[in-house]
Amino acid sequence: MKRILLTTTFLLLLMGVASAQADSAAPSPPAPPTGVKAVDKPNDHGHAVNISWDMSPDDGKGANSVVTYDVFRWIPAYMDSVAQIRAGLSGIRDTINILDRANRKWSVLEEHLTGDSAKLANDSVVAAQRIPQLRADLKRFRQVLASAVERLPEAHKTYPENGSWRRVGTVPAGQGKYSNVGSKEYEEPDYLPDFSDFYYRVDAVGVVSTTRSSSEVSAPVHSSGQWFNTGRTTVLVFVLAFGFLTVLFVRKARAGHDLYVRPLAGIDAVDDAIGRATEMGRPILYLLGAGTAADIATIASFTILARVSKKVAEYQTTLIVPCYDPIVMSIAQDIVKTGYSDAGRPDAYKEDMVFFITQSQFAYVAAVNGIMIRDLPATNLYMGKFYAESLIFAETGALAGSIQIAGTDEVAQLPFFVVACDYTLIGEELFAASAYLGREPLLLGTLKAQDYAKAAVLLLAIVGLLAVNVGHEANVEWLMKFKELFKVID
Amino acid sequence: MKRSTYIVMAVMALLFAVSWYFKAATYHGNVMSPLVAGFMITLAAFLTLAIISFVYQDNPFYKFAEHLFVGISAAFWMCQSFWSTIVGNLIPRISTGLSKYFGQPYRDEPWNFVYWLPVILGILLLLRLSSKIGWVSRWALAFIVGTTAGLSFIRYLRSDFMEQISSTMVPLLAAGNSGESLLSNITLSATGPFVAMLTNWVIFLGVICGIVYFFFSKEHTGLFGRASRVGIWILMITFGAAFGYTVMGRITLLVGRLTFLYKDWLGLIS
Repeated sequence: MKRILLTTTFLLLLMGVASAQADSAAPSPPAPPTGVKAVDKPNDHGHAVNISWDMSPDDGKGANSVVTYDVFRWIPAYMDSVAQIRAGLSGIRDTINILDRANRKWSVLEEHLTGDSAKLANDSVVAAQRIPQLRADLKRFRQVLASAVERLPEAHKTYPENGSWRRVGTVPAGQGKYSNVGSKEYEEPDYLPDFSDFYYRVDAVGVVSTTRSSSEVSAPVHSSGQWFNTGRTTVLVFVLAFGFLTVLFVRKARAGHDLYVRPLAGIDAVDDAIGRATEMGRPILYLLGAGTAADIATIASFTILARVSKKVAEYQTTLIVPCYDPIVMSIAQDIVKTGYSDAGRPDAYKEDMVFFITQSQFAYVAAVNGIMIRDLPATNLYMGKFYAESLIFAETGALAGSIQIAGTDEVAQLPFFVVACDYTLIGEELFAASAYLGREPLLLGTLKAQDYAKAAVLLLAIVGLLAVNVGHEANVEWLMKFKELFKVID
Repeated sequence: MKRSTYIVMAVMALLFAVSWYFKAATYHGNVMSPLVAGFMITLAAFLTLAIISFVYQDNPFYKFAEHLFVGISAAFWMCQSFWSTIVGNLIPRISTGLSKYFGQPYRDEPWNFVYWLPVILGILLLLRLSSKIGWVSRWALAFIVGTTAGLSFIRYLRSDFMEQISSTMVPLLAAGNSGESLLSNITLSATGPFVAMLTNWVIFLGVICGIVYFFFSKEHTGLFGRASRVGIWILMITFGAAFGYTVMGRITLLVGRLTFLYKDWLGLIS
């Protein structure tokens, strides 16, 4: 008996030592991150907070190394009440959708069904009668939620009572910042209220998720939206400078100053091409491209069309303007009509000069090709936004023996126009053409302002290039960072 | 029509019928009935050949394919726009009655004026059908053109103006970010500092000379003219590269159609 007792005692002692050793082998948590700072995310519409911290001294070192950082926000219990109302609202909305869908499906089939299916259909139709009541409930829930959300900033002031810490994000080791971005819509589950006290803390988490250490809690922070995005200040400066130049040159043009614009071969050829069509007794085909009225190239094309339609009316030649976009067609109709009126020949304008074909790209191409081959226009003008159809148009036009003048800002299509057309307005020349043709003060002034803007680009590029290169050679950091002035931050 | 035209059309109809019969007889799929499958493949082949026949000259088959294509696409896009934009997006947000009528689930969102704005502008656009108050449609057009021009102005200012300036600020004497001096390692390796530096010089000179070409306020003579000439050369070299690249893409499209004809229709290739 004594021997058994001694053996048992010895075994127990051995187990105690083994257990102590096992305890000492368990990983200890990494050191916590320090200096946790939470600030409102700048240049946004609110509902977001940036959190930064100094990484744990154990980050990337040995057995206690950090695997992730968990970011926690203190959330008042009241937030859960709001979430419950939100869930109720979402549930009602889902129920309405399900009942509505079922009703729409079964109400059509009800007459043709029998047995269980007919009963199911009937039940669905009957259940759908609840929809008006549910809609009323939905409205009521919305009002309750709206008033509950208004009390959220007050609830956040109760820290540290009546609330708990909840993880809002995780970042891998080696990073010391996180953006807690929420929704601005209070019906969304991730809604983050503005002007509420937010408290954050960051946990350094080791290999085992339970081995973690928490940082100090950050000072309270409010999220709020900003009226001005400081990252776009440079854009504002350029807009103001360009606006000033435009106004200046428009005033100069109106005052009668002679603003020189160098001759553009493609534009000089437009008048000759119209004359050629008149002499040959064949029509002029004008294409505004496959762009929308929102494209700058299409807008530039409108001003050229105005000039062309006026000339065409004066020469009494036929004009054909097939359109790809209905809005573009509406504008083009007005422009051509005005052109004919300006030429003193409103009676010669016909509604079917400008017509819509289709918004399918290659169907449009097929139709325009047909027009080119059957009507044999003497002159084809392609001005605007063109895509894959450019070469097909230009080749067919060349086949029909037409004089062709093209202009687009679509870089990928310019090569096709260059090889297949007689004259091509490259990019900016298309925009200059409208000013050159019209000689209107407004357009001339804008063109001059553009030229000065280009001069500014040249100057700034050269100055920046010198700054970067000198900075690089002399290792002067602020010179190397000169180019960052022109980086736009969203 | 000439007698020869009738003969050609009769021959084509016969070929179509023969093709239809053989394609239906050899169809092994179970997606659709053999008769329908045979007709669809034959029709697709016929329309492909009809469009390609334009390479020779304009003809009745091309006209048929063209009109069919234009008619179907115009109708399709109109229906598509109506059902996806107006019925699919707008009506479920503004009206329970209309949602029910069109069989769309009403979204039950809070009232928002933004959804009514396109309705008003759309109605204004339709007023152009009236001879008396058609001028009102110009307000909608002015809104569309004005807002988009304003938005585009900012977008272009950022992408084409400011980004262009910052992208031109490249190191000309030391390549890349390594700070490695050019003279320390002259190689023709595509990733080497010499080629990188050469690229930076091309960017710098290309941008400067290209902008000079697009300067309209000064005559292109003297040094300015020479820089402008370099600019147009750089543009043309760029266009040449783009031309070759895009033509290769077009060849792929042609290969796609030829594959259809030889594989799906004629079954000559597996």
